[in-house]
Amino acid sequence: MKVLVPIKRVIDYNVKVRVKPDNSDVDLANVKMAINPFCEIAVEEAVRLKEAGTATEVVVVSIGDKKCQEQIRTALALGADRAVHIETEESLDSLNIAKLLQKLVEEEAPQLVILGKQSIDSDNNQTGQMLAALTGMPQGTFASEVKVDGDKVNVTREVDGGLQTVALNLPAIVTTDLRLNEPRYAKLPDIMKAKRKPLDVKSAADFGIDLSPRANVLKVTPPAERSAGVVVESIDELVEKLKNEAKVIS
Amino acid sequence: MILVYAEHDNSSLKAETLKTVAAAQAIGGDIHLLVAGHNCGAVAEEAAKVNSVAKVLVADNAAYEHQLAENVSLLVTELAADYDTVIATALTTGKNFMPRVAALLDVAQISDIIAVESADTFVRPIYAGNAIATVQSLDAKKVITVRATGFDAVATDGAAEVVAIGTATDAGISSHVSDELTESERPDLGAAPVVISGGRGMQNGDNFKLLEGIADKLGAAIGASRAAVDAGFVPNDMQVGQTGKIVAPDLYIAVGISGAIQHLAGMKDSKVIVAINKDPEAPIFQVADYGLVADLFDALPELESKL
Repeated sequence: MKVLVPIKRVIDYNVKVRVKPDNSDVDLANVKMAINPFCEIAVEEAVRLKEAGTATEVVVVSIGDKKCQEQIRTALALGADRAVHIETEESLDSLNIAKLLQKLVEEEAPQLVILGKQSIDSDNNQTGQMLAALTGMPQGTFASEVKVDGDKVNVTREVDGGLQTVALNLPAIVTTDLRLNEPRYAKLPDIMKAKRKPLDVKSAADFGIDLSPRANVLKVTPPAERSAGVVVESIDELVEKLKNEAKVIS
Repeated sequence: MILVYAEHDNSSLKAETLKTVAAAQAIGGDIHLLVAGHNCGAVAEEAAKVNSVAKVLVADNAAYEHQLAENVSLLVTELAADYDTVIATALTTGKNFMPRVAALLDVAQISDIIAVESADTFVRPIYAGNAIATVQSLDAKKVITVRATGFDAVATDGAAEVVAIGTATDAGISSHVSDELTESERPDLGAAPVVISGGRGMQNGDNFKLLEGIADKLGAAIGASRAAVDAGFVPNDMQVGQTGKIVAPDLYIAVGISGAIQHLAGMKDSKVIVAINKDPEAPIFQVADYGLVADLFDALPELESKL
């Protein structure tokens, strides 16, 4: 079966972001970018399904400006077979991303679409669910285990109280949680090979979808700073301060 | 009119729902609470007592027993026709089905709001809480999930009318197989007034027992960092952070946790933060109100004995 993996280029997870002085957005100029960590897990899962003989082809897709081809090449180096870049200069919200992906799903007809559960920049946790709604497919979100079984896929999900396993009819949408797998590192020969793998560039404007934004960001501000605390010398001092100064224990 | 989705486990209403109703109050308008589940009469009774709720809608059907997104989203989308705003708590159930509702309604979803500026303008953290965005929704109908820690719970002194909803929709494309839930006598992590969390420094799962005596004395819930979960010390539902649970207790005690950006995202709105770590350079000390540089294996037994 064919597996489609949408990926996103985001700020590297180790970078401490700075808000622009005019409060219009965070400052992404000259900041290290990478594949969103959850998307990396999605690519790894798809590649493992291929190695296990379950998947026959792994197609990655990213929506964004030219620069996201760097992350597409990384995904190809990790083992994806080919890629689609849907080019747009604007940053799109989850619903519009899901609508573009819906068109691609219609075109590619994958049996499984694996996405990350959320991107670490917008922290929305929406796109997979929205794509599932638009395509009418069932969804296995926050997956920590994915087992394809005939015309169904069993997905173990990380839920508030522990784990829950659901059975989904294929084709289906899965979104990855951190525990699903440990992504591999791309080896140099694979990085070289990835440069020759097919990458099909499409324009978002050609899909005939109204991509106008659904929400305005009025401002972006830094969070309230916590004032520096004190270092205590002993447990006695700690307990005393918690009781009498902070009054959080009695 | 606002429709709020009640979080529950078919036997009791989750405390977070009371905070989500507070968010609905801030938006303003008649508030209806939807209880979708199976054999969930007790939840409906609790829901009727939630302050400022005008009506409780109960969809009691086997199709909603496990609150599968495919089925619940159809129900909520159908009901949404009568409401200006649909709200759920940003817990795993709400995060699962609400974006599906939003897409079916062809509107954007505003996720994880921590404050309400007006009926169409909301405040939400982005970049693991390192920036706060004020967002104005342009859609006629609003679909919103609420970060419960951003709001104070409403009282439970109401007396709402309870109305049963007859229709049930089973999308027929997914089914529930099994649950593997963590049994615990302790307070729920998301709602506990005190949380004590262990990280990689705990070294193994057995050492988490060192936290239990302290948790018992303080009535605390026990949490963990991603490192502790990934290493298999404790189950995933104990993880506090950007991708785990968001907590904001009165007192948060971080033991053997370095304080990575992703962990801080889940706890830095706690009222008082205590860090116990042997590395004085650990980033956790930059957000801790009280820091103790010590070996946790000495500090924890002593702390327990002195509480």
